Amino acid sequence: MATVIPYRARPGRHLELLLLVPALLLGVGAYALVGIATQDTVPAGITGYAVGLVGLALGMHLVLRWRAPYADPVLLPVVVALNGIGLAMIYRLDLAYALRGRETDFAGRQLGWTALAVVLAAVVLVVLRDHRTLRRYTYTAMIVALGLIALPLVPGLGAQINGAQIWIRIAGFSFQPAELGKIALAVFFAGYLVTNRDTLALAGPKVLGLQLPRPRDLGPILLVWAASLAVLIFQRDLGTSLLFFGLFVAMLYIATERLSWIVIGMVLFAGGAFVAASTFAHVNARFEAWLNAFDNAVFNASPGGSGQLVRGLFGMANGGLMGTGWGEGRPDLVPFAESDFIVASLGEELGLTGLLAMLLAYLVLAQRGLRTAIGVRDGFGKLLAGGLSFVVAFQCFVVVGGVTRLIPLTGLTMPFLAYGGSSLLANWVIVALLLRISDSARRPTAAVPPVPGAPAPVAVLEDDVPAAGVAGPAGDGPDQETERIDVGDLR
Amino acid sequence: MSELTITLLRLGYLVLLWLFVLAAIGVLRRDLYGTRIVRRLRREQNPLAAPAGPPAGGRPEGRQAEQRPSPIPRRDTGPRRLVVVEGPLRGTTLPLGTSAILIGRAPSCTLVLDDDYSSSRHARVYPEGGQWFVEDLGSTNGTYVDRRRVDGPTPVRPGIQIRVGQSTLELQR
Repeated sequence: MATVIPYRARPGRHLELLLLVPALLLGVGAYALVGIATQDTVPAGITGYAVGLVGLALGMHLVLRWRAPYADPVLLPVVVALNGIGLAMIYRLDLAYALRGRETDFAGRQLGWTALAVVLAAVVLVVLRDHRTLRRYTYTAMIVALGLIALPLVPGLGAQINGAQIWIRIAGFSFQPAELGKIALAVFFAGYLVTNRDTLALAGPKVLGLQLPRPRDLGPILLVWAASLAVLIFQRDLGTSLLFFGLFVAMLYIATERLSWIVIGMVLFAGGAFVAASTFAHVNARFEAWLNAFDNAVFNASPGGSGQLVRGLFGMANGGLMGTGWGEGRPDLVPFAESDFIVASLGEELGLTGLLAMLLAYLVLAQRGLRTAIGVRDGFGKLLAGGLSFVVAFQCFVVVGGVTRLIPLTGLTMPFLAYGGSSLLANWVIVALLLRISDSARRPTAAVPPVPGAPAPVAVLEDDVPAAGVAGPAGDGPDQETERIDVGDLR
Repeated sequence: MSELTITLLRLGYLVLLWLFVLAAIGVLRRDLYGTRIVRRLRREQNPLAAPAGPPAGGRPEGRQAEQRPSPIPRRDTGPRRLVVVEGPLRGTTLPLGTSAILIGRAPSCTLVLDDDYSSSRHARVYPEGGQWFVEDLGSTNGTYVDRRRVDGPTPVRPGIQIRVGQSTLELQR
C-alpha cells in the first residue's frame, strides 16, 4: 500500500541570505583580484563597489521577503554571483584596453545598468502581485513584442552595428529592443498556447512511427517560422531569429507534449538556415568561419572572418584547466571580449574549472525555472516559467556553443555576464518573473473551509497538493484550472 | 605580492566558485516540495482514515496506532476506501462515506485527475442500498469496470478494477 505524502516548501529566505554571502564574495573578490594582478594593490574604489553590490543584492532580498516570501531561494544568489563575475571581467578588460591606449568605461556603465536592472526587477516583483495577471495581456504582449522586434527597422531610430540591424539609438545609448521583446513573446506564447494547445495536440497522420499533427494545425508554427526568417533576412541577425523560433518550438512542446513539433521545428529551421546560408553572404560567412575556422584565408577575411573565434579558442587554450588567474591572461586580444566573447575571456582567466562551475550555475538557474513550472498550479504559469527558463538556457547553449565552435557563431549575449544594458535588463526581469511564479508555486495553499453539505474529501492527503489530487469542494479558485477543451467536444 | 600568494588566491577563487555552486545544489536537495509516494504497512492505514490533522513525521507510526483505541472492526460492512492503484495519482486514497465521489478533471471533482484522457466530469462512485455503484457521466473515453465499458450504474465489489482515463481505481476494505 502506498500513500502520497506532501512536502511543504520552506520559505528559504534565510538560506537565500546565506547563499548571498559567497555570491557577493565572488563578485567583490574577483574585483579585488583583478586589481592585485594588474596594479599589485586592491582597486581604489573597491569599498564603494562592494557597498553598491551588497546594497543591490540586499535590497532585492528585502523586496523578496516583503513581496514574495516563498520565492525560490537559489535564483537570486546564482544571478548575483554571475552578474558580479561579469562585472569584474568587464572591469578587467577596461584596464587591459587602457594599457593599449583605448579608454573605455564599460564597467562603470555596466554597473549602472545592473543597478537599473535590479531596481526594475524589484519594481516587477512589487507591482506584479500575481503572474496570472499577465494572461490578460496576451495579445497586447504580441503587439508589443512585434513592435519591439520591428523597432530597429524604423529609419532614423534603428542603427546598424557590425552588420546586424538590431539596435536602436536614443540619446547616445544603444539598446536592443528584441531583448525585451523575448519576454513579451514568452507571455504571448504562454497565453496563446494555454488556450489553444488541445487543438495543436490533436493527432494527425503517422509517418515513420512519429505522430504528426494535423496539417491544418501547422499555421501558427509556419507563421512564427516566417517571422523569424524575416528577422534573419531584414535584421541580419541569426541569434535573435534562432532564439524566437526556438522559444516557440520549446513552448509548443511543453504545451502539447508532442515530440513531432520539435522535429518539425528543427526541419523547418534547418531548411530556412540552409536557404539563408546559400542566399545571403553574411550568413554564409558565419558558416564558413565555423567549418573552416583555421583556414588562413578565412581567418584573415574581414569582415566575417574567423579571427575572433579562433583567437577566443587560443585564449581558452591558454587558460587550460585552472586558468591564468584574474588579470593574468590576455583576453583583450579577442575582439568584443567584453560582450560576445566574455565566455572565452572567463575561460582564459578561470580555466575549464571556473567555466564549468559557471555553466553549472546556469544549469541550476534553468533547473529552478523548470522546477517552478512543474510546481505551479496554473497552465499559464507553467508555460511562462518553462519558456523563460528555456530562453536563458538556450541563450547559454547558443553562446557557449558558438564560442567553443560547436555551432556557428551567432550574435546572442551570455545572460548576466556579457556587457550590454538591454540584455541585463531583460534577464533581470526574467528572473523577477521566475521569482514571482516560484513564490506562487511554493506557497502552501490556504486551507479551504469545508462547505457544509458537501462531501468532506480529506484523505491521507493533506491540504497542499499541486496540480492534481484530492481537491476541496471549493476547488482551487476560478483561474487555477486552465481552459482545456475536451478532445471529444471538438469532434 | 609573492608568486605563492597569487597562486593561492587564484586557486582559492576557484574553490570558492565551486563551493558556491555546490552549496546552491545542496540547497536544491533540501528544497524538495510537492508530493512523494511512500510505501506503508496496511496496519498503519486504519487510524489515518479519519480526517485528523497532519501527522507530523517525527512521531513513529506504530506508536500512533497503539495510542488509539483499537481500530473499529468493520470488516463486514463493505469497502471503506477508494484507492488509485494505477496512474499518475497512484497511492491516493479517499475514504468512502455516505456521499458520492465525483471523478474527473474539473476542479470541483472530489478526485481531480490531471489526465488528457479523462473528461472534466468523468464518472461517479456512489452508495445505494448498502452497495457501491459506478456510473459514467457521459465521458468521451468511457469508464471501464473489469475491462467492460460501463453504460449504466454498475455495482462494484472491493478489488474490482475501475478504469478512468489513464488511472485505475479500486474499492478496498
